[in-house]
Amino acid sequence: MNKNEGKISRISRSLMNKEYSCTEITNKYLSEIEKLNPQLNAYVNVTAEEALNTAKKVDEKIAKGEKLLPLEGIPMTLKDNISTKGIETTCCSKILEGYKPIYNATVWDALSRCNAVLLGKTNMDEFAMGSSCETSCFGGAKNPHNTNHVAGGSSGGVASAVGGNIAAYGLGSDTGGSIRQPASFCGIVGLKPTYGAVSRYGLIAYASSLDQIGPITTSVEDAAIVFDAISDYDSMDSTSQGRRQNATDSLKNPIKGMKIGIAREYLDGIRDDVKSAVLDAAKVYEQLGAEIVYFDLPALKFALPVYYIIACAEASSNLGRYDGIRYGYKTPKYNDVNDMICKTRSEGFGREVQRRILLGTYVLSAGYYDAYYKKAQNLRGAIVKAFKNAFEQCDLMLAPTVPMTAFECGKAVSDPIETYLTDICTVPVNIAGLPAVSLPCGFNSKGMPIGMQLIGNSFCEHMVLNAAYQYEQSVGADIFKTPDVGVSL
Amino acid sequence: MKYEMVAGLETHVELATNTKIFCACTTQFGGEPNTHCCPICIGLPGTLPKLNEQVVNYAIRAGLATNCEIPEISKMDRKNYCYPDLPKAYQISQYDKPLCLNGYVQLSNGRKIRLTRIHIEEDAGKLIHSHGDTYVDYNRGGVPLIEIVSEPDIRSAEEAKEYVEKLQLIMKYIGVSDCKMQEGSMRCDVNISVRPVGSDELGTRTEIKNMNSITFMTKAMEYEFSRQVDILESGGEVEQQTLRYDEVSNTTSSMRGKEDANDYRYFRDPDLVTIFVPKEKVEGIRASLPELPDQKLERYINELEIPENDARLLVKYRKVAEFFEKASEGTKSPRTAANFIIGQIFSILENDSAKEDFEIKVSAESLNELIKLIDDGKIKMNLAKKTLSKMLETGKAPSELIDESDMGGIDDNTLNELCTQAIQSNPNAVADYKGGKTKAIKALVGFVMKNSRGKADASAAEQKLIDMIE
Repeated sequence: MNKNEGKISRISRSLMNKEYSCTEITNKYLSEIEKLNPQLNAYVNVTAEEALNTAKKVDEKIAKGEKLLPLEGIPMTLKDNISTKGIETTCCSKILEGYKPIYNATVWDALSRCNAVLLGKTNMDEFAMGSSCETSCFGGAKNPHNTNHVAGGSSGGVASAVGGNIAAYGLGSDTGGSIRQPASFCGIVGLKPTYGAVSRYGLIAYASSLDQIGPITTSVEDAAIVFDAISDYDSMDSTSQGRRQNATDSLKNPIKGMKIGIAREYLDGIRDDVKSAVLDAAKVYEQLGAEIVYFDLPALKFALPVYYIIACAEASSNLGRYDGIRYGYKTPKYNDVNDMICKTRSEGFGREVQRRILLGTYVLSAGYYDAYYKKAQNLRGAIVKAFKNAFEQCDLMLAPTVPMTAFECGKAVSDPIETYLTDICTVPVNIAGLPAVSLPCGFNSKGMPIGMQLIGNSFCEHMVLNAAYQYEQSVGADIFKTPDVGVSL
Repeated sequence: MKYEMVAGLETHVELATNTKIFCACTTQFGGEPNTHCCPICIGLPGTLPKLNEQVVNYAIRAGLATNCEIPEISKMDRKNYCYPDLPKAYQISQYDKPLCLNGYVQLSNGRKIRLTRIHIEEDAGKLIHSHGDTYVDYNRGGVPLIEIVSEPDIRSAEEAKEYVEKLQLIMKYIGVSDCKMQEGSMRCDVNISVRPVGSDELGTRTEIKNMNSITFMTKAMEYEFSRQVDILESGGEVEQQTLRYDEVSNTTSSMRGKEDANDYRYFRDPDLVTIFVPKEKVEGIRASLPELPDQKLERYINELEIPENDARLLVKYRKVAEFFEKASEGTKSPRTAANFIIGQIFSILENDSAKEDFEIKVSAESLNELIKLIDDGKIKMNLAKKTLSKMLETGKAPSELIDESDMGGIDDNTLNELCTQAIQSNPNAVADYKGGKTKAIKALVGFVMKNSRGKADASAAEQKLIDMIE
């Protein structure tokens, strides 16, 4: 059996061994992007010049015999909602057309300081609202396993680029599953950290109490390395706390005796192929010495409505600032300031974003607030409590990431309600602020990847990744398999 | 029927912190448009607010100085509305968990104006209209404000005036704001209704927005009072609406009616964490409060025996009160210092703001030195007054202005001699006095004073002169 190797440490080693120069590796990626991106539509903005400049700096360092930091010189990508100074950051929305931030998001600040090689910004559902990447004003990113299928969303571009091997890793954001779902669809690894583990400063907000930045990678080790690099307390984000424990150091811990819980609700309405792949994974864990415990978590049935009420409410407020006055798109013709703001927003926002702004405005309105928003907040409290109780019975929870595999292009857009339902397994952890990693656990009959998620208690990323790593080591590259495209090293 | 006014005020006070409420930009007034700004206070996508702890401390200070309770838990909320001067399309404010609750301010007539709450929030930017275009300046955006909300306890424009002045005074005393209405660092919204005298019910109210001068506020309230009374007298109903006041015509006009009222869709700001205010913190701030105007007034009247009217004048300006306390320290009667300040010193300070700034050349130490010379009998009041005049002009200390030779009074022999000279040199005055014009003695006293260079004791001289003539 072939082991699934970490890509980051492999590239880092070949740089240090002078097997390749950073410029050579970067050029390799850039030329594969040129070749593959027309099909995958993963990148919406390729920053070749920026990438090569950084690569040059790294090569100079290597020439001087200096030691490299873990992520130094590794070609990567950022979702287009992570602010990059001087580089267009649009959230794949027409309303942010041409917007170049004048400051860096804290995560990008940290990575660029250690000479991460930014290949470009990647596609996403407009303002991270969607599950297929198809609400992007640039059109959806495609699944590298089969380009007739979506890459998933909202961080579809990152997943498509990483799964298509045209970025070594990427950062996405997860509000209701936006890292884990596309990672699952593309057969790779996506970590949604605990709320507060990674600074949100510079992440263009969708729903502030749910948003969290995290890594999308082809291996668990890579996810741990990136998580360790970006999780830190940031004084610019009052809700940030940083990580409690280094994740990379915990990967190799044995998981014998670990209790892995399965909430029966998570298996309701799940497609058979997905369900059996997840249950097979549970068997692997038993072989590794973990104990599987089943229980009920009835509060989960509220998760989806609670999520859509809270997320839309916060979004309606967060997106109020796009008025055409200071930056981004502005309607060319208008009578007065109200007309200008109205037209700018009607023309600049896509349908899904407008739908969620309207929903959010409605649930916060006088007379409806108690019936929707307040009730949702109360239920959020109940869900938090339910998870807390669950973690008294187990160390981690195992669940499918998505009830199905990647859908065909165009299907999601036609029925929003059905699309919302696909988030049913991912939203609970956002509501409870918990960490969860999605990792591949098989393929369906059509060769599309199936994903499962491991959910941990707050600030237990090290445990979640430890268990994920043990599974990965046990099943190897047959399951953790990206298509034979892009850069191979 | 007789009507009474029922009014409550929402007073916005800009806090005198160095930096803004959610970022490190300066709060300085003015500046080239959009130069006191950063990604956070212009609400660029992805930025997050970071609460300035000094703002919390100042608000608690204001709350304690106005007899508020400080709950242990407080939070920030978003008030959503769309206007070009508000770059995030929401104002971060406090809705149902303000920092301060249930305070009061007492008026000189003894009535207490209850305070519902004091909360913190960010100010908006400013629109500038010029040549048919509108520009926006975000320098003021994110400047910290407290909003002090009173109960509808105010019964006249006069009370409203005193209430606002009192708030101003308290805020200045505790150092949380300069309360300059002309620079917009203090502004009021007035909620006002009328009702028949004797009634307990509240009438329909109107709200007059953005009063930035006490004079105009009282005028607006008086106008609005009679407008509402006229409506009721003629059988009409007051309509609930938001009004603006026009200073030129002295009238109010409608900005929006009840049905156009904004729905602010308040909800907790998820970007900011709960504010915990431990009891120890509150007590620490309480202990750091200076003596407040009311406490000072009481002490001046009861302990220092300053007449009430004079005491009010001293307390009215923080710098004056401080000056008075230093100048009167260790003197026989604090009234001497009070008299010098209210008389001679105030006479060179033209208006309220000059008294407020209290920029004079005389230091409190110098005045103290001068008063001690009087107390020790080294100089007489006349000379002291003249010296103070010179001190106010030159800024010199008494010791530089008074010769050794001027010190101390004159002995009896010298006084006898001077009085004799006075009688001899002013036969007319003597004759007038003898003829019953007792006032004529003043001319003789004046002679003695002049020739003693002010050192003689005027009343002793007068007695001696009378004795001699009779």
